[in-house]
Order: sequence, then C-alpha cells, then structure tokens
Amino acid sequence: MRELHTATIIHNKPIAPGAWLLSFKRTFDFIAGQVIGIALDQHTEPRLYSIASGEKHHEIWILYTVKQDGLLTPPLSQLKSGDKIRITQPFGNFICKEKEAVWIATGTGIAPFASMFFSGQHQGKTLIQGSQSMERMYFHKHFQKEMGTSYHPCCSRETTAGCFHGRVTDYLEQQPGIKTGIPYYLCGIAEMVVDVRDILIARGVPFSNINSEIFF
Amino acid sequence: MTPSPLKKEALFGKTLEELQQIAKELDMPKFTASQLADWLYKKFAGSIEQMSNISKTHREKLSEKYEVGLSAPVKVQTSVDGTKKYLYRSHLGKFIEAAYIPESKRSTLCVSSQVGCKMGCLFCMTGKQGFQGQLSAGEIVNQICSLPERDELTNIVYMGMGEPFDNLEGVMKSLEILTADWGLAMSPKRITVSTIGIIPAMKTFLENSNCHLAVSLHSPFEEERRKLMPIENVYSLPEVLKTIREFPMGKQRRISFEYIVFKNLNHSNKHVKELARILNGIRCRINLLYFHPIPDTPLEAPSDNVIHQFKEALEAKGLTTTIRKSRGQDIYAACGMLSTKELQKSQK
Repeated sequence: MRELHTATIIHNKPIAPGAWLLSFKRTFDFIAGQVIGIALDQHTEPRLYSIASGEKHHEIWILYTVKQDGLLTPPLSQLKSGDKIRITQPFGNFICKEKEAVWIATGTGIAPFASMFFSGQHQGKTLIQGSQSMERMYFHKHFQKEMGTSYHPCCSRETTAGCFHGRVTDYLEQQPGIKTGIPYYLCGIAEMVVDVRDILIARGVPFSNINSEIFF
Repeated sequence: MTPSPLKKEALFGKTLEELQQIAKELDMPKFTASQLADWLYKKFAGSIEQMSNISKTHREKLSEKYEVGLSAPVKVQTSVDGTKKYLYRSHLGKFIEAAYIPESKRSTLCVSSQVGCKMGCLFCMTGKQGFQGQLSAGEIVNQICSLPERDELTNIVYMGMGEPFDNLEGVMKSLEILTADWGLAMSPKRITVSTIGIIPAMKTFLENSNCHLAVSLHSPFEEERRKLMPIENVYSLPEVLKTIREFPMGKQRRISFEYIVFKNLNHSNKHVKELARILNGIRCRINLLYFHPIPDTPLEAPSDNVIHQFKEALEAKGLTTTIRKSRGQDIYAACGMLSTKELQKSQK
C-alpha cells in the first residue's frame, strides 16, 4: 500500500445530484492529470481519484459520485469541513504535453481535464464533454467562458442552446472531418473509452495517438 | 434482461467459515458446516435435498433461505481442435464465458472473474461490453464445478472475462475454495491468476495465496504499453516489476509474463533487448500468445515465422519463452466474443 498522509477537509459539498466536490489543502506538487488515493483510515486500501484542481491551486479538488453500495463514497459524502481523510501522494502518467490535442470526457471523467484547464493548459485544445444532463456537466461554465468554440458540450437527455444533443459518440460520428495527426485524450467509463476509441480508429486516427484513462 | 436464475441465496461459493456461520444461525451442530462443504465441493450436490447425512429438519431449515446455486452452462461451442467455449448465465442474468482447452497431458479451464471489464485494453473484446458486474466466488467456482469435463481438469487459469484483481474479494475467496482441504483441494501450483498489474491487489494476492501469477506485458516500453493498456497510466510496468522483485517468490511459485505478439508492433530487436533488460533477475517465463483478431481493431496477428523468430531472439537473451498454441479460433475463442454476441442478442 502507498504511504498514507492525513488531510483535513476544507469543503465537501454536493454540486449535482449524487455528485460531490471534496477539497483539502494542497501540501504537495502534482502534474495535471495525476491521481491520488483516498481512504477513510490507515488500514483500508485507498480508492483512486483524478485531481480536478489546477497545479497551482491552494486546494486539491476531488470530484466524486456517491455509489450507494460503495465502501468509501457513502461515508465520505458525510464528512464535514475539519474532518480528516487519508491520502496518498499524487501519481500517474495521464499527462498531456502537446500543444494541440483533443480532450474527451464523460461524467466525472472530466476531472483530469479540469485540472489541465485550471492549470492553464487549454490553449490549443479542444474539449468534448458528455453528460446526461446539464447539471452534471461539471465545470462547464468555466470551459464555455474560456474555451469558446473549442468547447463542445454534449448532453444526451436534455436539449440546451449551444449544446450538442446526444452522446459524445454521436457527436464524433457526425463530425465531417476529424484530425488524425494530433493526440486524443479520453477519460470516462470503459464503455465510453472503448466506443470513442473505436470511432476514432475507424475515422483514421492511429491508435498511437489515443491516450485513455479508465475508471476502476 | 434475463431474470436471475437464483431465487434464494446460494450456498455454493461459501467458505467453511461462512458455512459455520450459517450452521450457527440456523441452530445446527457445528459439524454441519463440514458436511455442507463436503456436499458442495466434493460431491457437487445439485440440491439441499440430496444432502442425506444432514437431518431432514435441518435440510428444511436450510431450504427456506438457501439453495445450492450450481448453474450448468447454457451454451457450448466446440472447435475443430477440441477447445470448448462454455457460456454461463451469471446470477444477474448476464453472460460469462469459460474456455476448456484439452491437451495431450493436461486440460485447462480459462475462467472469468467479472461480467465485462473496466480496463479497456485495445486488443480485448470483453472491454467492448463495458463493465456489467462482479462475479461472486460461487459464480467463479461454478464455472469449474458445473463443467461437463470437470473430472478431466488439471489446470485453472483466471484469464477469461474481466480483470481478476479488480474483483479481489471474489477471486481470493474462490481460490480459497479451490485450494482448501475442505474445498476442491486443488494444488495452488495448478492455478494461475492473470493480471494487467493492479499493484495493491497483486500484493494482497502474493501475500495470501500460493497460486501462480501471470502478468499481461505486451510491450516493455511504457509509452507503447500505455496505448495498448490504459492501466499503464496508473500502475506502470516498472512499478509492477519492482513489486514482483521485492516479493519472495519461493521455488514453487511461478511468475509468467503474457505477451501477445502484434504484427509490426512489439517484436523488434529493440523489444527483445528491452525485455531482457527489464526482466533481468526475475525468475520467470514469457508466454507468447497469438492475437485473435476482434472487430474494429487496428491490430493484426503476425505470421508464425515472426513469432518463432521472436521466441528464438528472446531465448538467445536467456529468457525462457514458450509459444502458446492458438486454440479455438473457429469458435470466437478470443475472450468476450461469445458473450458479447449473446449480450447483443439479448438487447435486441
């Protein structure tokens, strides 16, 4: 088990039905796209979460959904400001170094891209964000404001102005031209990652240009 | 979706400790737990009624809440080479696969540990189903005990659908049932668990089981492996190898590295040199596997000649290398192919 450190919660609040944003003081450096392990005590195996805050933020943000049968998230969601949790040092290599890239995420899979965005790495990037509803389109106002036409929200169950109605897979399939020579970064559940990867490959993107982060 | 075939809680898949707990709760003598284990894992009783050395009153008590929970395969496909792919229905009504591979001196069953998979490896058909659920220990052991060729089996490999170490609880419990004296009493040397390298769970397995470990390698280069296996982003190969190096393996336990050879991708001299470098000092074997093409994949299988040349090059570097024969290609033997077809049918 990785070494666990104590962190004190600053905020832990719901931001959408079933989704919470946890924050605690940043006491370490990290690279946008990395994960940390979170546990409630010293003895349980930490679960991994992508950091959603920027590299220079004073706080670490963790975006999570509460799984009713989960061992961690139901009690985690009950914790208040001042409560302690156990965390690992950040690690992982889902890191975007290129100037031009496409970021594709669904649900809480937006977290690593939010971190890259809040770290000022969004210039030259295209972000395709998918969600069932606008209230679960996490951080979308930030993306809309700063990324403009490079930001493509896709909402599958609601029709909203400025938002593609459908899944990210539908959005990609309807694009007349897909750049094949640039890197693509995908984050979300395995099914989305696999489906998007298949579409990109079918559209001529070499698999060596596709980087994926999966939830498990 | 097909409804669950189970109406009550399954006894099959319970450990001796859990059976003792059940006996206690139902106010039965403690030795009933050993009798139950015997009926479940040695006599493979299909019903509680068959458990004739347990009193009728106790059988009736048990039957109020429990059923045995053995579940026969719902479909089988037989290859011209004798490989059989069995389709089982999980307790959630989903489909899982087990592949029976007979050879001249042994017979191996490749079992599933999850319905679908979360890992999203580029070369894997199971990942295309997404993740649909964990298998219980009972559902894992059922693949073995309900197999028509059960008595012929010599080896078990956890290399079917799912990542075993993403279902650590179910897998560890199933290993206990397979290897315990009160269970199937199989030698751990006959069982191999294969992982893509989820390090914390791998450590738990190494510390608590004597079964063999296989690690899916497929490329010695992190950047290349990352494109094939997203897990590399979180648990990198150097860390996986460091964990293995640090663990005292003993003489009985075998570590193998599974390596699917892809055309023009991972069999160059550069790969040979790097494999020799990173595996230096680890007592292990490399298993070269043929790639079974799956729909929409950019990956291709190389010729036999390429695989044999790669093997020779690895052996020249001192790496023990075997080529696993390609089996059951005519019956969608790539794991996940059959169950994905069934899933698609059930969703129509």
